[in-house]
Amino acid sequence: MSITDTQEEIVNEFSLLEGDQEMSVLYLMELGQKLPAMKEEDKTEQNEVKGCQSRVWLTAEVKHGAVFFSADSNTAITKGLISLLIRVFSGHTPQEILSGEITFPSRIGMDRFIGTQRSNGFAAMIKQMKMYALAFQTRSQIQA
Amino acid sequence: MENVASIGSGIEVEEIRKLFPILHQKINGHDLVYFDNAATTQKPVQVLDALQAYYTGYNANIHRGIHTLAERATTAFEQTRATAASFLNAGSKEEIIFVRGVTEAINLVASSYGRSMLKKGDEIILSGLEHHSNIVPWQLIAEEKQCHIRVIPVTDSGELDLLAYKGLLNERTRIVSVNHASNSLGTINPVKEIIKLAHQAGAVTLIDGAQAAAHLPIDVQDLDCDFYCLSGHKMYGPTGVGVLYGKKKILEAMPPYMGGGEMIRQVTFEKTTWNDVPYKFEAGTPNIADVIALKSAFDFISGTGKEAMAQHESMLLRYATEQLSELKGLRVVGISKNKVSVLSFVIEGIHPFDIGQMLDTRGIAVRTGHHCTQPLMDRMGLEGTVRASFAVYNTRKETDKLIEGLQRVIGFLK
Repeated sequence: MSITDTQEEIVNEFSLLEGDQEMSVLYLMELGQKLPAMKEEDKTEQNEVKGCQSRVWLTAEVKHGAVFFSADSNTAITKGLISLLIRVFSGHTPQEILSGEITFPSRIGMDRFIGTQRSNGFAAMIKQMKMYALAFQTRSQIQA
Repeated sequence: MENVASIGSGIEVEEIRKLFPILHQKINGHDLVYFDNAATTQKPVQVLDALQAYYTGYNANIHRGIHTLAERATTAFEQTRATAASFLNAGSKEEIIFVRGVTEAINLVASSYGRSMLKKGDEIILSGLEHHSNIVPWQLIAEEKQCHIRVIPVTDSGELDLLAYKGLLNERTRIVSVNHASNSLGTINPVKEIIKLAHQAGAVTLIDGAQAAAHLPIDVQDLDCDFYCLSGHKMYGPTGVGVLYGKKKILEAMPPYMGGGEMIRQVTFEKTTWNDVPYKFEAGTPNIADVIALKSAFDFISGTGKEAMAQHESMLLRYATEQLSELKGLRVVGISKNKVSVLSFVIEGIHPFDIGQMLDTRGIAVRTGHHCTQPLMDRMGLEGTVRASFAVYNTRKETDKLIEGLQRVIGFLK
């Protein structure tokens, strides 16, 4: 599924909650709980995403040309947000990730989490994911 | 204002709520429950009206104006000074300096008093309960003057260890600066005793009254503190205005903090002489509108009755503490018997941010994090807490909503 299609799917899922803020946050946290566990040894300072109010760790690997992310956070809401980002980006090529545009947060009423105080953190998460994509792309170009 | 006596505190909370327009709104479809009063309180119509009246009726620069508007503005401005003096029971209104808030007040004292009086090897005593604003200004001056900062330790219950304090005092102690009440835990500190002991050691004292001004009786002469400061916005007044009280003799001996207009007597390029206190410390055009409106905040508190307000808030604090303590995994942080209406807590296994965000979806405003007291959080072994803080316009019903909200968070996340 394309980056755009996955975001459409997320928007459709949240639309079932009819804008109920509490239900949306609960659902977001539930999605976070389902995120596959990150290896404890990966929760290093090096893998920590700077700029988040809550702590976030992020790593990535390439399999057959596609990037797969793994992440964790010490807060449930942030973990939910990052689980959505992983759902959108994981399994795509570096090129797709680099050109992918994230539009879902405001469309599911989550802009308030990523607006104002958390905005830097959320922007930092996206930036970090794109940095991984860029690094993998550069590496594959060098190898080619 | 209407203030029909009722059982208990005598506070008619529904009548008081009518004075606060901001409270009557929906947040995420729910009635706003504002429990972030230790960060800033909401403002009654009297304060809002005073701001409007100034800007629509007599906006003018104060003190040297000879026209009518300037006279009116000056009179109103100086009336706030007199009211502030009476609110704190200062010896005279010359002892009242208008500042932006407690942060500026402490910076002023650290800078002016500290720079002129401190010498290498001198000691400054702070407490482990302090807000960063009562730590960092002292660190700046201590570094410059090569002085040492000593810290009164905090007990597990969130109180100051007075025995340890006595041990810290010595002939090198020059300044003792502590808060009247803790913004993170609510603990009311025994400031009168702290001041007395400091004086016996020959030190001057500064009391940060940010969390006390709206809740506790303050009598600077009885306390015998050398400096006392408060922020207007934490006591139903506007943002950007506060008061520094200082004993006149000490203020007179201190050099100016900032240079500019108003604070001078005569300026020549060879030598400038200073105005009398308090004007020596009020360089430039002050925050006239907010100073004027601050009087309405003092009047609101005095008119409602600080004691009655405190009783009402204590009732809410007791009720909330009892109810919250029943919740599974919840631990109240700061369990002193003497507290202003601040309730800090953590829930095992749930991050404060998640709790705060979840409560916000139900229109409940609390604060989460370290509350600008990182050393205290380190001492308590916490990254942060959730803090609910009550004001005179809060109700038991609102407290019930907090409890329901927390039950929901716990039910889902545990």
